[in-house]
Amino acid sequence: MNIDLSSMPSTIDMFHLILTILALLCFILLLKKPKNISNTSPQIEEKIPEVEQAVIEKTVQLKEATPDAALQLLTLLQQDARFIDFVKEDLSTYSDADIGAAARVVHEGSQKTLETYFTLAAVRNEDEETRISLPKGFNAAEVRLTGNVVGEAPFNGTLIHKGWKVSEVKLPKIAEGHDTSIIAPAEVEL
Amino acid sequence: MSNETNARYSVGIDLGTTHCVLSYLDLDKARKDPTTEVEISVLAIPQLSQPGLIEEKKQLPSFIYRAHESELNQSDIALPWNAEQQVIAGSIARQLGSKTPIRLVSSAKSWLCHSGVDRHANFLPIGSPEEISKLSPLTATIEYLDHLRQAWNHQFPDNPLNEQDVTITIPASFDPAARELTADAASNMNFQHLTLLEEPQAAVYNWIQACGDNWREQVSTGDIILVVDVGGGTCDLSLIAVSEEEGNLTLNRIAVGDHILLGGDNMDLALAYRVKAKLATEGKELQPWQIQAIVQACRDAKEQLLLDNDINEIPIAIPSRGSKLLGNTLRTSLTRNEVSETLVEGFFPNVSIDQHPVAARRSALSQKGLPYAQDPAISRHLASFLSRQVDAADDVFGNLSSGNEAKSFIKPSAILFNGGVLKSPVLADRMLSIINQWLSDENVKPARLLSDADLDLGVSIGASYYGYVKQGQGVRIRGGLASTYYVGIESAMPAIPGMEAPIEALCIAPFGMEEGSEAKASETEFGLIVGEPVHFRFFGSNIRRHDEAGVQLDYWPEGELEELPELQATLPSEGRRIGEVVPVHLVAKVTEIGTLKLEAIAVTSSDKNSEAERWQIELDVRD
Repeated sequence: MNIDLSSMPSTIDMFHLILTILALLCFILLLKKPKNISNTSPQIEEKIPEVEQAVIEKTVQLKEATPDAALQLLTLLQQDARFIDFVKEDLSTYSDADIGAAARVVHEGSQKTLETYFTLAAVRNEDEETRISLPKGFNAAEVRLTGNVVGEAPFNGTLIHKGWKVSEVKLPKIAEGHDTSIIAPAEVEL
Repeated sequence: MSNETNARYSVGIDLGTTHCVLSYLDLDKARKDPTTEVEISVLAIPQLSQPGLIEEKKQLPSFIYRAHESELNQSDIALPWNAEQQVIAGSIARQLGSKTPIRLVSSAKSWLCHSGVDRHANFLPIGSPEEISKLSPLTATIEYLDHLRQAWNHQFPDNPLNEQDVTITIPASFDPAARELTADAASNMNFQHLTLLEEPQAAVYNWIQACGDNWREQVSTGDIILVVDVGGGTCDLSLIAVSEEEGNLTLNRIAVGDHILLGGDNMDLALAYRVKAKLATEGKELQPWQIQAIVQACRDAKEQLLLDNDINEIPIAIPSRGSKLLGNTLRTSLTRNEVSETLVEGFFPNVSIDQHPVAARRSALSQKGLPYAQDPAISRHLASFLSRQVDAADDVFGNLSSGNEAKSFIKPSAILFNGGVLKSPVLADRMLSIINQWLSDENVKPARLLSDADLDLGVSIGASYYGYVKQGQGVRIRGGLASTYYVGIESAMPAIPGMEAPIEALCIAPFGMEEGSEAKASETEFGLIVGEPVHFRFFGSNIRRHDEAGVQLDYWPEGELEELPELQATLPSEGRRIGEVVPVHLVAKVTEIGTLKLEAIAVTSSDKNSEAERWQIELDVRD
């Protein structure tokens, strides 16, 4: 095969220009992303054991998910939405009307919790079931390709699910010495 | 008047009946660049939301929970600035108190202005068992301020709150004793620069601040602005007249309303009881905890139904308290009709201007309780206020009416709403249409609505803006005393059995008296007995605005003077014989903070510096 390295294009055509801009954009997005998360979720960060900064060849250091934040979220969901109570019930013996009434409690409460502690947005703003195009270098963490995944970017396909991402987390802080494993204390009326 | 301080921040504190808010403005920044628009931030107040969890919220609910010693672990109630927190205030207090109301201190602010009780006495939570340690309305207020102070100092360690220029807001209808008590509470924080500001005025400052320079285009000379502030617990009314002086628009607060204990909480309760009645007709009896839950659910549902939308019904589901959620959930719903009947017709009925609240203003209470307004109709209270203040603007504008036509009420030309209740467009529209109906009945142009920014945080934001205005920037509202004050003198008349000796009223502080001024009540002498407390009857009037200090009234129409808690003066016995009578004059002063001070000045004796001796007269008598 004969490749002529000297035949550099003397003018930049439109296609290459767009490609360059897109590549740059993706690069910036990639750079920004990790910074974003560490800025907006200090509470979570505090609880995560420090991950070794130095990249060790071949072995990958895994992050231990902190149980405190997870338990705290369960507490909040149980408190406002009776989440644990609901999931722990055996639904088979109840009518849809009963389940519906309980679902209102869970739905209203969960919605409140989500709105209070998380700022949620869709990953893609296009309508679902419409065709979209993914340029080269798209963020694979944000968009998952499925089905007939072959060929080169730009990929054209149907948006099945618009995705969710959290742009801000404002979980309550946990007092030192607070036992997070008690998701809901037993209640005794005197 | 510029009031230069070197404080870094101007801090506005809204000590509300149900929520406290703190906002701040960087004065240094504003001084460096006076041309830019000022920036006001609201402090995110760290507080426990439940045991062990600390959240930052812009509002601190004004509740204190007096926990049982074995109820909570010390580590679960620690705050960032205090590992051994003693007082539990804010969200967590309200949350715990909803299940254990006997330990919940609430509405301290309403108690602070309740003259029938000793406000220094520890009696809150009211009616709870003896073993629960009680707080006084004053200490509760101090605790809320302390929480705010600690939160501030935690965030601004280099600029402690007591060194800032602090403005605390109070209802315009607060009597002198309640103002004094608020200042008392603040003095516990050692504030170096403190001012009290009336809440409706703060709302106006917030509006000015939000408009920027634009506000001058929205009002013009001759305008009368009616401020309607309906918060969680109180309904506060004020009138502000716009006049012109040397080509500049000036604002004059010309009237304030009575203290009306009526607010959003009453509305939530009214809805809850309506739902309860509906369930009762279905044969479902409710337990107290279910009513609590329904109040909460109604509050949320109401907000939806009072928006301008097509929702006609919101389902309400109250889960059981146990872990079994299914099958035990109580189901009902709240309809738009019910909300509109209960709230719109109940609290904002279409009434004519001459329909005033029906119930007596003060009835003898056999049980210690808050003097809640007996008539829930805010529109009737407003009609009464506008009718009583019919000639309030005459001093500012001169008597413009041709004289022949009898005026029946003062006609506002602009309306400013404040407080969480009026966030609802349905209620705000109703209020506006009632006022405009009154105006059009008299062939007067409808009043326009001045749009305000944030009705929940506005008072606090306006207060921090006021701190900036005080430095000589921007327009300042002229206010002064909102009432005329009198002491009662028993007239020298032979006693008639079965009849109270007639009383005359001596004006000691005239309406509109400004901060930092002093008024002497003529040459009338009073005798103070050394070593013994002497009591004076004390009256206020927010209608009689032309009585000068020293004027003595032997007659006044029913309702023009309102009796306030009595005053007390005690002369120390140093250097005097106990029982000796010292002749004194009375002098009234309005302090820079904005409180009323009464002093007795000896007529004959003088101290070492040959100045007449002075003694403080207590506005708030401790029983």
